Amino acid sequence: MPTKKDIQDLYFMDTRYKLLDVAAYLDRVDRHEGEADFRHPALIKAISAMLSPADGQTRNQAVHLAFSDHSEEPIPTAGTQGASGANPE
Amino acid sequence: MRYIEPHANMVSRTTADYQAIAMAGCEALCEPAFWAGYDRASAQGFYDYYRQLTITEPARAAKFGIPHFCWLCINPKEAEDPVFAREVMSLIPEFIDKPNVLGIGEIGLNKNTKNELQIFEEHVEIAKKYDQAILIHTPHLEDKLKGTKLIVDALNNAGVDRNRVIIDHVEEHTAGHVLDNGYWAGMTLYPESKCSPARAIDILETFGMENIWMNSACDWGVSDPLAVIKCALEMKKRDHSAQTVDKVIFENPRTFLEQCPNFKI
Repeated sequence: MPTKKDIQDLYFMDTRYKLLDVAAYLDRVDRHEGEADFRHPALIKAISAMLSPADGQTRNQAVHLAFSDHSEEPIPTAGTQGASGANPE
Repeated sequence: MRYIEPHANMVSRTTADYQAIAMAGCEALCEPAFWAGYDRASAQGFYDYYRQLTITEPARAAKFGIPHFCWLCINPKEAEDPVFAREVMSLIPEFIDKPNVLGIGEIGLNKNTKNELQIFEEHVEIAKKYDQAILIHTPHLEDKLKGTKLIVDALNNAGVDRNRVIIDHVEEHTAGHVLDNGYWAGMTLYPESKCSPARAIDILETFGMENIWMNSACDWGVSDPLAVIKCALEMKKRDHSAQTVDKVIFENPRTFLEQCPNFKI
């Protein structure tokens, strides 16, 4: 199996590129007018979760869980067919 | 490299896609009944769609030397109206014996509503009645975790043969729950959502190579009909052996699909 160094060689540049895209997106939201909706705090929360995952979670799982609906019962009706990527709280 | 594409919505794709898939080494295509990007106005629309899945698409695939198989259902996105959904489901018995039908799918949940769950459970009963395998769609994004848990609970209560059920579109936060409950898991490789090739391989390395497959789920949206074979190349970059790659992209789907009497390659 690849070593940590091998994984860096395979993915570091791509991940660096994607991280800059995340940073640029946050800057873009900051500098535009109007109010961001629930997706923005959800993204900030997910980034925080990634940096400090709970015990037993991977960083990736922590991000998924930060965005997820944690209710347990089926909802009465669907207000929309689509998903927004973050749970309105 | 030989592979099986276990989930491709070819009614939305071109002949150029068929050619590319064939040239990449695809030995079988499986097409679930899905949401075609719009809500059909009547049950008759589904009747025509089932004819497309059982007559037209196999003929199109055959021109490229690829065996084509399909699954039948009303997808969860159009299943919120139970009266309409049951009218569509009443068509299934007429098509269930067609020679390329694998089973019931892709059933599941979309927004995790009571009606969706009711129709999902009724589909499961159809599968049990006709002794069919089941392919399951799990919800998108923020709804996936909850929907996957509801689906697994419903399946456990229904007493299905877990080895003949595949729960699709798993990601890192749902794969373990599906596999730990004894069901098969499918990973979908999408450019903008679901799994990237690198993450799909992470899931394989974390949860193991058993009872799991990869698919492109290529359709009318942003998707890549060659996603499975591209992920196989990524596996080689990660030092997975040719034997392991073959297991994931060919042997595993064949093992599951051969439980369907009509699946022959």
